[in-house]
Amino acid sequence: MNPIAIGVFIVIALLTLGSGIMVVTVRNIIHSALWLIASFIGVAALYLLMEAEFLAVVQILVYAGAVSILVLFAIMLTRQVTGEGVRVVFERWWVALLIALGLFGVIVPTLWKHGATWEEAAKLAQVGPAPVEGAANSLQVATATEIGRSFMGEYLLPFEVVSVLLLMALIGAVVIAYEERTRRRRVLTLAEELALKKRGIVEPRDAEGAVMPREAEGKVILLDSEQA
Amino acid sequence: MVGSVPLVWVLTLAAGLFCIGLFGALSRRNIVGMLMGIELMLNSVNINLVAFWRYLQPTGTAGLIFAIFTIAVAAAEVAVGLAMVIAIYRARLTINADEIDTLKG
Repeated sequence: MNPIAIGVFIVIALLTLGSGIMVVTVRNIIHSALWLIASFIGVAALYLLMEAEFLAVVQILVYAGAVSILVLFAIMLTRQVTGEGVRVVFERWWVALLIALGLFGVIVPTLWKHGATWEEAAKLAQVGPAPVEGAANSLQVATATEIGRSFMGEYLLPFEVVSVLLLMALIGAVVIAYEERTRRRRVLTLAEELALKKRGIVEPRDAEGAVMPREAEGKVILLDSEQA
Repeated sequence: MVGSVPLVWVLTLAAGLFCIGLFGALSRRNIVGMLMGIELMLNSVNINLVAFWRYLQPTGTAGLIFAIFTIAVAAAEVAVGLAMVIAIYRARLTINADEIDTLKG
């Protein structure tokens, strides 16, 4: 029993769960994405604690780096107005809360029922092959070297399949998000918006205050810079 | 870590994170918020995989490899999902799931 390890685990667990709760409860979706990064980093620290260094680095690179930036980009590109009166959750959000709590109430007793069995199995697994008398534990935890060997040997086919999957996702994302050039919306600069206001042209806006595409109105307003 | 923290504690943490993510995915109106809940759920599954690997089969690589595959699939999912969010926003000017009800009839 090592009290430091227990303490570190509890701190990491509280960080991860606390940021997770903030992700699903804060009103501002950008704050939610930032709490998501904190939660990802907590999970990476947990991987480090479990001696999965390679996975911890992958977690930081892919989740805290790429996925969270992608989420932030999506939030900023879709300009969702989250004012005071706007609902951020469904009306029947308490049903979701009941489902989540119910699932937790089913999983945890089941886990603790089998805890003792796993504890024995874990003790057996922590002994290395044929421990030398008097020497320290000879257990060799798998490292990045072994992961690389497995990828190039036993798991070669799944590895290739997942690379094809990533390529498909890349092409699919481009195809789905692609916009015809003629339908593309122009984002006005502040100076252009002021110039439009001076000429008394009001940008069509939807209910939430976002600028509607002018093509949707069937007319194109020429800006000063475009007329010249 | 393995000698001090029981496996059940780690699994309980993962279960908690999964349920938090489930609540987020079910309750948020914003599609991006739903996707964030799904990311939390995928992360908790990864914690389970790594915990079982470290506690029960630390010399093998199956748990780690499976976790890496999960990360790759999650990355593909989030890329396509967010592209769909942007496409939906362009067509409907909203990303609230209850306002996208064309198929409701």
